Amino acid sequence: MTANAGPTVGRPNGPHPSLRRKTSRGTILADRAATVVLWGTGVFVLALLGSILVHFALAAWGVVSPSFVLTDPSDSALGGIMPVLWNSIYMLVLTMLIAVPVGLLGGIYMSEYAGENALTNAIRFAEEAISSVPSIVVGLFGLIIFVDDLHMGFTALGGALALTLFNLPLMTRLSEQALRAVPQDERSASLALGATKWQTIRHVVVPLAIPGLVTGVILTAGRVFGEAAVLLFTSGIGTPPHYNFGNFDLLSQASPWSPFRPATTLSVYIYKLQSEGLGAYVHQIVDGSAAILISMVLIFNLGARFIGRLLTRRLTAA
Amino acid sequence: MPSSANAAVYTQPVLRRVEVTPSRTAEEFAARPADVKIATENVSILYGEKIAVRDVSLTVQERSILALIGPSGSGKSTFLRCFNRMNDLIPGAHVQGAVHLDGENVMDPDVSVVELRRRVGMVFQRPNPFPMSIYENVAYGPRRRGMNDRRKLEELVETSLKRAALWDEVKDDLRRKSGLALSGGQQQRLCIARVLATEPEVILMDEPASALDPVSTLRIEELMRELRQAYTIIIVTHNMQQAARVSDVTAFFTMAEDRAGYLVEVGPTGRIFTRPNERLTEDYISGRFG
Repeated sequence: MTANAGPTVGRPNGPHPSLRRKTSRGTILADRAATVVLWGTGVFVLALLGSILVHFALAAWGVVSPSFVLTDPSDSALGGIMPVLWNSIYMLVLTMLIAVPVGLLGGIYMSEYAGENALTNAIRFAEEAISSVPSIVVGLFGLIIFVDDLHMGFTALGGALALTLFNLPLMTRLSEQALRAVPQDERSASLALGATKWQTIRHVVVPLAIPGLVTGVILTAGRVFGEAAVLLFTSGIGTPPHYNFGNFDLLSQASPWSPFRPATTLSVYIYKLQSEGLGAYVHQIVDGSAAILISMVLIFNLGARFIGRLLTRRLTAA
Repeated sequence: MPSSANAAVYTQPVLRRVEVTPSRTAEEFAARPADVKIATENVSILYGEKIAVRDVSLTVQERSILALIGPSGSGKSTFLRCFNRMNDLIPGAHVQGAVHLDGENVMDPDVSVVELRRRVGMVFQRPNPFPMSIYENVAYGPRRRGMNDRRKLEELVETSLKRAALWDEVKDDLRRKSGLALSGGQQQRLCIARVLATEPEVILMDEPASALDPVSTLRIEELMRELRQAYTIIIVTHNMQQAARVSDVTAFFTMAEDRAGYLVEVGPTGRIFTRPNERLTEDYISGRFG
């Protein structure tokens, strides 16, 4: 067909509708408004996050230094936060050691084994109910069960268990969602090759769900880092002693490695200083601690994503 | 194998039974001819209360290709999935009747589906390689049954890829390239290689070329003709030319008034496409419905 052969499709002889046909003014306005509102919302959220970061970056300027991060509170007038920062990381690791495996197994059960029945409905209801319990109430529950009834006293382990209780529903739900998002085709392919159900879960479903699972870990970890109310009555609130990192006696109250000691975390420490702290530099310490807390969350997020990518590669290609 | 041999088998009792006679007895099935690989006996498949496939009996000869054709909803794919018991995975699905593989009923409760699926492999409609390297895709089945010897695995991966006519295209980046980075046609051949690596006897193919371009489709068809020399193949296809080109025997399915699929007739492909016994088959093949 050549260019001047004339039109052969459409309606060669009929009237052509104009491409510039008028769309109603209202429709156009609604379209523009939606664009503006949605962009506006996105920018607003980003600006909010940015302003928090900038605020604490400015406030912490001159406070945060290597010695602030690496010394004890009693070492100088400004005071360091090393012990409470250590406790935050310690609590994070301890909580994750309990919550991640249990949450993942729970998610696998809910996604791959449970199906839809009265039991799973009850589990989902319980997940939502526990998630919506105020954290201070979870803290009180931890106080009654772990601290008093089990006579554990204020311990890192009690705090980690209370945090697990608080975070397990979220971790389980997010794991379940991540696993469910793996296409059915992948399961069928594996089963049709003669793999067992567990092999299919272990070698196909879980590896493919890792990005979603990592999101679950990050969200849970963020809550652990930031949580103060749950820990006030479980792992304790106080100025930590000088830690001797050479003491590996896991049963000793004095060892920073022991789960059976009180462990004031960074968040709890901020709460304590802000509400009852006395001294010339309290506000500087609070600002510096907040900046460190935010940085830790960011570092953890990035680190978890990086590890997630490595894991995906390991599990799908090893 | 001359096609007259096929004709002999497929115009014998089974076909007549499908058309008119009552069910064959278990003794008759036990006395199957030596080269029958698969025989189904009054297979019906239900989803809950709804019947999807009704009363299908047919046999598949060893090292031949059986094509299941028919309109959408006639139960071909559902029927195909009872050979490796993939219907087990569908909640509410229930299979009645017997499916004999080398004389053993795969529906027996003590049959291991894992063993069954190693012997009866399956290629799906949409190519579905795992998001792993090409090597890992092919090694997946053997690894799951405990093969860890690196040398043996490498050998098996190579043979399988060669048999699936994919080796030359991928041999240079077996471990670096993801199975998903291949073209659609290559992905489907990878899926075939992945099945071959489990060393099956029967390969089920559920419209294996329907998502592929014509050139890739022809390659898959060529491959099927080659594989036929060593494997028994059952293919579901919407494409009648494809059935005519590749299969030795064709089974035509359609829907009854209650929407249950049933087998209209089965016979040597040449005859089904030129002189079908049933009016329904003729109408479908000549494009009058379906």
